[in-house]
Amino acid sequence: MNYEAVIGLEIHVQVKTRTKMFTAAPYEYGAAPNTLTDAVVLGLPGTLPVLNHAAIEKCAKLGLMLGCEIAEECKWDRKNYFYPDSPKNYQLTQNEQPLCIGGKVEIELPGPSRNVEGEHRWVILNRIHLEEDPGKLTHEAFETVIDFNRAGVPLAEIVTEPDMSSSTEAVAFLNCLRNIIIYAGISDCDMEKGQMRCDANVSIRPVGSDKLGTRTEMKNLNSMSNVKASIEYEIQRQTEILEDGGNITQETRRWDVDKGISFSLRSKEEAHDYRYFPDPDLMPVQMDRARVAELEAELPERPLDKQRRYQKDLELPFTITSVLCQDRELSEFFEAALETHNAPKAIANYITNDLLRELSAVSEHGESAHSVSQSKLTPAHIGTLAKIIDEGVISKQIGKEVFTEMFATGDMPDVIVEKKGLEQSNDTGEIEALCREAIAGNAKAVGQYKEGNEKALNALKGPVMKATKGKANPAMLDELLKKLIDEG
Amino acid sequence: MSETPHIDIDYVANLARLDLSEEEKAKLGSQLDDILGYFDKLNTVDVEGVEPMAHAHKVFNVWREGDEPGETYAPEVLTKMAPEHRDNQVVVPKVVE
Amino acid sequence: MSDLHFKTITELAAMLAAGETTSVAITQAVIDRTAAVDDKVKAFLSSDADDALAQAKASDERRAAGKAIGPLDGIPIGIKDTLAVKDQPLRCASKMLENYVSPFDATCIVKLREAGAVIWGRLNMDEFAMGSSTENSAYHTTCNPWDLETIPGGSSGGSAAAMAAGEAIATLGTDTGGSIRQPAALCGVVGMKPTYGLISRYGLVAFASSLDQVGPFARTVEDAALLMQAMLGKDPLDSTSIEQPEAPDYAAALKEKKGPWKLGVPAEFFGEGIDPEVKANIEKAIDWYKSQGCEIVNISLPHSELAVPVYYIVATAEASSNLARFDGVRYTHRSEESKDAMTLFTKSRGEGFGDEVKRRIILGTYVLSSGYYDAYYLRAQKVRRLILSDFEKAFEQVDAILTPTSPTPAFKRGERADDPLAMYLSDIYTISVNLAGLPAISIPSGFTESGLPIGLQVIGKAFGEADMFAVANAFEKAHDYAQQTPKL
Repeated sequence: MNYEAVIGLEIHVQVKTRTKMFTAAPYEYGAAPNTLTDAVVLGLPGTLPVLNHAAIEKCAKLGLMLGCEIAEECKWDRKNYFYPDSPKNYQLTQNEQPLCIGGKVEIELPGPSRNVEGEHRWVILNRIHLEEDPGKLTHEAFETVIDFNRAGVPLAEIVTEPDMSSSTEAVAFLNCLRNIIIYAGISDCDMEKGQMRCDANVSIRPVGSDKLGTRTEMKNLNSMSNVKASIEYEIQRQTEILEDGGNITQETRRWDVDKGISFSLRSKEEAHDYRYFPDPDLMPVQMDRARVAELEAELPERPLDKQRRYQKDLELPFTITSVLCQDRELSEFFEAALETHNAPKAIANYITNDLLRELSAVSEHGESAHSVSQSKLTPAHIGTLAKIIDEGVISKQIGKEVFTEMFATGDMPDVIVEKKGLEQSNDTGEIEALCREAIAGNAKAVGQYKEGNEKALNALKGPVMKATKGKANPAMLDELLKKLIDEG
Repeated sequence: MSETPHIDIDYVANLARLDLSEEEKAKLGSQLDDILGYFDKLNTVDVEGVEPMAHAHKVFNVWREGDEPGETYAPEVLTKMAPEHRDNQVVVPKVVE
Repeated sequence: MSDLHFKTITELAAMLAAGETTSVAITQAVIDRTAAVDDKVKAFLSSDADDALAQAKASDERRAAGKAIGPLDGIPIGIKDTLAVKDQPLRCASKMLENYVSPFDATCIVKLREAGAVIWGRLNMDEFAMGSSTENSAYHTTCNPWDLETIPGGSSGGSAAAMAAGEAIATLGTDTGGSIRQPAALCGVVGMKPTYGLISRYGLVAFASSLDQVGPFARTVEDAALLMQAMLGKDPLDSTSIEQPEAPDYAAALKEKKGPWKLGVPAEFFGEGIDPEVKANIEKAIDWYKSQGCEIVNISLPHSELAVPVYYIVATAEASSNLARFDGVRYTHRSEESKDAMTLFTKSRGEGFGDEVKRRIILGTYVLSSGYYDAYYLRAQKVRRLILSDFEKAFEQVDAILTPTSPTPAFKRGERADDPLAMYLSDIYTISVNLAGLPAISIPSGFTESGLPIGLQVIGKAFGEADMFAVANAFEKAHDYAQQTPKL
């Protein structure tokens, strides 16, 4: 029998606020252990939580980016379970009334090759709610040590419907989700830093069946490759069990990165009884509709919407839009450059080829990765460069040289052209003399041209360009040569 | 709840992470059965359509504005009170999930 | 009486202002009195005389510099062991917190310090405020100064007994189901529980968060009002504290509000289980009000008989979660038998908590557990609203409600120790007030034939403390019960 997989994901994203969810202690990744705590973070006797409004606003914004309905009212529940990383041994979360309801994420599947755009589809979300992160356990040989710095960081938990059918879709979903979240400034989504973490629910069923199979839950997948590998492993494992006539056990499993296998953590019978109840310390939240509308109006364009617009309105190819739209900063740089000079193709090429090449060269040589904002170039640099080429001030060829120079120095292109005397030569007298010399010195090429081979003209252009150090206006040169041969 | 319930003390003690002696369990079990029996009184009232009351007052949107970082504790505040610690971290017996 | 330790705040404030005494003299009097009687009464868990005298000295210096703050400046106030005082033990009368010292002050303590009060000692209580007799302290039992064989009530038994014995000028307690009013009644002092939200709970070690309130014990209604005036107000650290549109002025209210009032008497509070002497005493008090021109209105609080089950479901459920943070990890007792995460929790908690606390944690865990939530917790929350509605209806007709505080006077030690249900019924007249979030005060209303104090409870409207104080003050001023002191 043929089986198909049904996959749902739960993604925890650290919301980028300056302070924690329920107290004003700050958070930053990589701080020395237990330096970012206060009485509330440590769950000391007598402490009480106070909601950070910024977390609500950011999560609502996330919900709007993902097409969720923002609840009229949401409230806080306690999820009770004991674990040494949990200072209160309950987690403040939103069980009954989450902030964001429903939603959908447009995803782009990989195309048949890198240059070809893949299929798009929508993945349906169930909800997004806010909760608090626990502290961090480090397991040593005989003991476990606890750092509470991370405790209380706001987490948005994004829950999808069981709406994906392969590891490829799951990874595509995570990539698109991550892009949107970074675009909206909700989180940096660095999986290595734990800013984005994923649990996967996997089940399989005979192809064509509309009944869901028994699912297993894979916990804490902390990289895209783990997500991919663990889902593939799980589909394979479940398929083998069913093919052998067995039954799938509903259970929680843990992915072992080193061994590339998963193992059972606990079965449904041992599942937690979380004893959710409304938190008596926090008041419920009513979402002001005018404020929600304001947040909605401030939303950035979603990456795939932008890609579609660039392709349609600016007639840019997928190979370029896929690069430009991956990164909000890059696309905004691009759009700002268009304001100096409206030449989308030329500017997009400078950004996706020249600029990114130079940036990655810097990154390879330097210590830190270079982003557009760290380079000396502004959108006006690129816009001006494209402009002076289109105006015939310099040739495309000279443009390459100017680019390298302005990337290194941060000087404006027109300044470089003037300083270095790179302006195209439009001196007809000088060029005409050089052209006559070239025609006289290469009868063969002249003959070929006369026989109709236009390309033969290039052999005549070469020496002229060489003599003018590339500054001869190519259009003018072309015209002159033809005129002189025809006359001659 | 119409029949007097019997509390599964082992299950509940495990959830509450409370180590109880057999003696404690027996005593608590019978006391709690009495108390739960007394709770049956609650079934005498009709609560259809009544909104549950989680807070004494109905107040919304109590929060901290501004997202401005406040003061933090030095790690010594924690290590001074912790039963065991090393390198500014709290030490517990090895946790295996 | 010439003894400083039996004077009221009002009297002492006048003496201090007139330069007839000093804060050091008052504090020393209280310290000496405690040294003399506390081996009999055992109201204190610990005290720090040097610290108190240092605060008193600072107060006297302030006064000498002409910078005296107000009526509380220099007055020693005893603190229940469930309220956090910076650098003082905070044990909640539990072995679990045997070595715990709070790194911060509760908000009510901050406010008392701002008013110049001398923070004095740690007063005994039932462990984690769970009990009605102070027999559940893990350290020792406090005795009722009126009869050392009887209990002082609870859970704030130490706070009430210290007042009756002259070991403090005023004390603070906490009241979740009657824990201030019942011991106040049994020890013949004034004890008051404010409207929920009037005083910050920050720094009060939570028992049942939706019911807990901090409140004063005092010799007179006027003193209680002074303490309330100093402590009340919205606290940014407690989301459940309430901003009042107009700041109350209790001193003015006591001067201006003279009645006559419409006073409600609920039949349900005089039925089965009430001691005949208590009943006769309260009826006499009601007659007195009538004689003063007050209109006595027979009211009904039909759901009050459900208050005890509702309370023991709501309070234990919240407690089971609130006390989860006492887990052996960060600051509590840790069992030497901790071998892994599970035994770290179970053994530490099994050893650290006493019987009543365990009983309530088990009960609270059970009523929240899977399959029972709707039948117990959710239903209790609904009945809680019905109890509130009863009061709201009653207050459409009356200004305040009069009831006995406790169905019986102080009972013998050990009498109810093995019958938790009988013990729970001690709070039958106080519990519904907490469920409804209302203010109530217990004032001395006389003595039994054997010389045990009886208390009259005056229940006010939500945030109607001013009227409640005025009603109580009228009775107090016309009788001398509050001036009587036990022979020790």
